[in-house]
Amino acid sequence: MSTSNLPQNTAATPDLSKQQRSFWSSPWATYLGLFLVLLALVVFFSLRSEYFWSKDTFVTIANDIPGLAVMAVGMTFVLMIAGIDLSVGSVLALSAAVSALAILQWQWSPMLAGLLALGVGLLCGMLNGAISVIWQIPSFIVSLGLLEAVRGTAYLVTDSRTQYVGDAMGGLAQPISSSLGGISVAFIMALAVVVLGHILLTRTIFGRYVIGIGTNEEAMRLAGIDPRPIRISVFAAMGLLAALAGLMQAARLEAADPNAGVGIELKVIAAVVIGGTSLMGGRGSVIATFFGVLIIAVLEAGLAQIGASEPSKRIITGAVIVVAVIIDTVRQRRSAATH
Amino acid sequence: MSSSSLELATPLHTASSQAVVLQLNHLSKAYAQTPVLEDISLSLHRGEVLAITGENGAGKSTVSKIICGLTPASNGHMSLNGQAYRPITRRDAEAQGVRMVLQELGLIPTLTVAENLLMGHLPNTLGWMNRHQLHQAASQQLKKMGLEQLDPDTLVADLGIGQQQMVEIARNLQDDLQVLILDEPTAMLTPRESTHLFKQIAELKAKGVAIIYVSHRLEELQKIADTVAVLRDGRLVDLRPMAGVQEKELVQRMVGHSVADLQEQAARPSGGIAMQITDMTRAPAVKNVSFEVHHGEVFGIAGLVGSGRTELLRLLFGADKADSGEIQIHAPERTLKITPNWPSPLAAIQAGIGLVTEDRKSQGLFLPLSIANNISMGNTVRISASGFVSKVREQALALKWIQLLAIRCFGAGQSVGTLSGGNQQKVVFARWLEKDCDILLLDEPTRGVDVGARADLYAQINNMAAKGKAIVMVSSDLRELMAVCDRIAVMSAGRLVATFKRGHWTEQGLLEAAFAQE
Repeated sequence: MSTSNLPQNTAATPDLSKQQRSFWSSPWATYLGLFLVLLALVVFFSLRSEYFWSKDTFVTIANDIPGLAVMAVGMTFVLMIAGIDLSVGSVLALSAAVSALAILQWQWSPMLAGLLALGVGLLCGMLNGAISVIWQIPSFIVSLGLLEAVRGTAYLVTDSRTQYVGDAMGGLAQPISSSLGGISVAFIMALAVVVLGHILLTRTIFGRYVIGIGTNEEAMRLAGIDPRPIRISVFAAMGLLAALAGLMQAARLEAADPNAGVGIELKVIAAVVIGGTSLMGGRGSVIATFFGVLIIAVLEAGLAQIGASEPSKRIITGAVIVVAVIIDTVRQRRSAATH
Repeated sequence: MSSSSLELATPLHTASSQAVVLQLNHLSKAYAQTPVLEDISLSLHRGEVLAITGENGAGKSTVSKIICGLTPASNGHMSLNGQAYRPITRRDAEAQGVRMVLQELGLIPTLTVAENLLMGHLPNTLGWMNRHQLHQAASQQLKKMGLEQLDPDTLVADLGIGQQQMVEIARNLQDDLQVLILDEPTAMLTPRESTHLFKQIAELKAKGVAIIYVSHRLEELQKIADTVAVLRDGRLVDLRPMAGVQEKELVQRMVGHSVADLQEQAARPSGGIAMQITDMTRAPAVKNVSFEVHHGEVFGIAGLVGSGRTELLRLLFGADKADSGEIQIHAPERTLKITPNWPSPLAAIQAGIGLVTEDRKSQGLFLPLSIANNISMGNTVRISASGFVSKVREQALALKWIQLLAIRCFGAGQSVGTLSGGNQQKVVFARWLEKDCDILLLDEPTRGVDVGARADLYAQINNMAAKGKAIVMVSSDLRELMAVCDRIAVMSAGRLVATFKRGHWTEQGLLEAAFAQE
């Protein structure tokens, strides 16, 4: 079929592709914005506290964030399919508890115990996904139920006491080498997860489908793509990553605490949202989420160093979250209005 | 065409002797640097019906939106009854008596018809709703539109789309109405409902209301418009009294060149049976429908809104579950028998069936995503290797279809939500054409599509038929069906009541069959 006899209606379509691809609506604008916020925070805290700008601070921050970072990557995918997982804190605790059980009671090797913990996390995630998909219940409610049930299971497994495993799990928390100044294996792992997550979202079919489901699930179905296995996979991956975070924390504390991760789901979601992922689904970025994690971590470390009280820490962190979302929303609307 | 506003060459009939109610002076509008409207000037008189027509993307919706306050003009000014008119919001415009009925209806589906009609002034005593008064007032308003059989306490969500549109129009018939803008009002109305609408328009005219009627349906404009304005690429290229204007001239003005008449299709040789449907049923929408479609044939399905055509196509595609029936697909190697349901649309697609849905925005497209993403969704096999998407191949795929279907856009990365209706539909077509389906089901493929894009789509349909594909086309445009199809079936109230072969049909006959079982 040749186009020669079709009217060439190109008169009103000048090549404005450059304008369409304007900087402000590209992901780089988001990254720049987040980076500037991060920079502002670092500068602020460095000025207010002489101890902030130091290797020790940054190493501490780097070793604080791996758990939050890997969970935030998983949560990015969950939010992008317009879902939510409130049970991540409980899964974190359960995975640590299960690994402690395996090491202390069954004399398993740390490696096996770790795998078991990951398996348990995967299972919890699959449960989340399957229940919400099969009975078409909003993931908010399903994960809310699991939040309670899994937490209870963690208590059961640890007999409601913190289980000390010593340095059996130390592997993850160990500094990899002194030349890197004490940054742990866990941090490197977290970076790897971030990079893999980004590649998965932007370069694979799976990532494409995740974006499609979050944008228009009915159109996906009518295009011949079954959204259900993808939804379940996303939740399963979330569970797996929450379990990984649990192991990372157990390694650092050298103990499995049944109260671990209480309330952390809100921090995780906050990090993802600061990064610009929409709660409505279809829009998000793993790299931006990582910036969100950094912002929260720097904020917390900085506030602690300048001696802010607990209540004011929470108020300020909450305010930062809301402001970040407002800025991002305004920017999105601005770029949409120019089309 | 010169860029200055066009003065009417000859004096008009009575309408223009009335006072000017709305005046547009050198209006223009640009989004970022992109001009969408340039130097539009015209006058609208009391009791005049001004038709605005033009291809999609010509600027008709933009003009309407500026007049009704949805968006501000970038340049130029308007005056209402001699006073400067610059509505900040839609409510602002409504308060001044300028209202618009949008294509995307503004009704609230979870509330009743009565509540929607009187939204904003629900009869109440200190906040408690006065249901009796509500019912009365609503019934009166419905009567004006000839909708007295509609129960005002029906939930809007339970109404068919045609009825919803009528309610939306009824909602705008307020006493202070000075200017009413109707945007493609008959797109989803049956001929009977359209007649009611035209009666309403005539009554409003008599009351001195000025009406702006935006539409593609040229034969309708000839019936009700006093004046016609043609927009092309954001400029006003013609403004003249409707009397005596031929459709061909209008089309020529709209497209900037002459478009071949809707050619009557020569009889096509068709092959063996591609798909056979037996006793397809899904109560209450589809009842015992049976027919067969041949390779190389374009099989049309006509019928009134609500006759079950869309529901039928969805059953054939596996988008909905049938109660009973059988689908037989005759592929070269084997015959597939499905009783009565495909397990999912994927199964139907794998058997070679494709469906272009009736509502592209909610069911066919991913509006925020790019053209390239939309075409590749569902065709990921073509652009990927071992799970990884190749952006290069995706781009190439998109460019191929942008060229083949003449999709007007800035590039493959443009988000589909910003394309005009016709171009959006082309993107949907591209996705299915890439799949190379053996059997393509089209549900209102040219709804909301301008003349130029329509011609392109018909060319594609003919092309596919020539290649031996089987095409089932549901449409409310009888002339379109008569021009493109080899056979036309008519559905009424869920049943297939008649099938006509080329050469044996008339518009009259088709309409009669569509009204058959009431």
